[in-house]
Amino acid sequence: MERIPILKMGQFLLVTIQVDLYDRLALDLEADLINAVEKNAAKGVLIDISAVSIVDSFMGRILGNIANMSRLLDAQTVVVGIQPAVAITLVELGLPLTGVRTALNVERGMELLNSLITFDDTTEEWDDDTDNDH
Amino acid sequence: MEIVQVLKKRKQNVLKLWLDKQAHDAALNGNPFDEGEINDYVEKLVDTFVDSIENSNIDDIKSADFDAVIELLREVSFKRARQGFSPRETGLFIFSLKESILEVLSDDLKKSKEAIPFIITLSRLMDSLATVTFETFIEGREDVINRQTDEISEISTPVIKVWDGILALPIIGTLDSSRTQTVLENLLQEIVETGSSVAILDISGVPTVDSLVAQHLLKAVSATRLMGAECIISGIRPEIAQTIVYLGIDLSQIVTKSTLASALQHAFRILNLAVRNNDTTKTIKK
Repeated sequence: MERIPILKMGQFLLVTIQVDLYDRLALDLEADLINAVEKNAAKGVLIDISAVSIVDSFMGRILGNIANMSRLLDAQTVVVGIQPAVAITLVELGLPLTGVRTALNVERGMELLNSLITFDDTTEEWDDDTDNDH
Repeated sequence: MEIVQVLKKRKQNVLKLWLDKQAHDAALNGNPFDEGEINDYVEKLVDTFVDSIENSNIDDIKSADFDAVIELLREVSFKRARQGFSPRETGLFIFSLKESILEVLSDDLKKSKEAIPFIITLSRLMDSLATVTFETFIEGREDVINRQTDEISEISTPVIKVWDGILALPIIGTLDSSRTQTVLENLLQEIVETGSSVAILDISGVPTVDSLVAQHLLKAVSATRLMGAECIISGIRPEIAQTIVYLGIDLSQIVTKSTLASALQHAFRILNLAVRNNDTTKTIKK
């Protein structure tokens, strides 16, 4: 049976989705990923969907679910490499993934995760954006 | 019908009369009559028309014999639409050909028994040609309109790289669904290409903001966020701020600034950049 590999990189887990995510596969990924977070005591999850060109509402929900579940296990989720067309589709579907952090590519995503973790270590409040001037 | 044969013989008379009529019409409408170019077409048209017309096909505009005539007419009509001729002028152009033919043939028609059937079939034929002319004229106009629409949406959605990692997108004109789509696609593509992390949407050129436009803006902000970039909306004029509040639109999730300058400042702060004055006697705050 097809499975999406979950790579461990230090405190983080890296998932690169290279195939079209059909429902069964997405559900398996969700379960595998949450188990892996628990097992490795991961601090962050990085999901790269740059190879994904088609999304549906189900996949959008799975991504949101993963982020919420990881947060319960004290891990940050960053989704990276969303294609312009995919971003537009998600917004049109009414799924702006509000609970999920995003970055342009894996490199930026790693930077973001690192900054989140260090920030998390030094201060207790990490959840809000640093700017509060509007 | 021998009338058709007579018509063929009198081709030159028809041509002359038609040209006179057109010069007359042009003078009435106060337009300079560009003889050289029009004459060329007029001659060709009369030639092909009179050559193609036969007893057998006079009642059948769909006959392949008229293809050349229709082709020519379309060409003239298309050209006229682009040059900004009025529909009336274009219509008169073809209607005056009918008049010319009937006038030239009037004497022969008086003698002929078949005059009335001939006039009816000829009229029908010429009316079909006029319809073709009109269709093409409108096509030509639509072509012009489409080109302009494309151009407007093209020129009014530039994505400007104002700094390394900062994109600005001044939106000018009404923001409808299709515009939003183009703007958004351009913006997201540019974010990928430049690896930018801040996008500034400047709406100072948007005349009105209603709930629909606000929804489009929110969409743009969400999509930008999904690309891992932050989106700032700038250029909100006081009356637009009023409208937004009166309409009860919630923009509290979005960073909004009144001017592009303050948005840029905010962007600098996000990227941990600072603007410094080289004149050491003065210091710029912030």
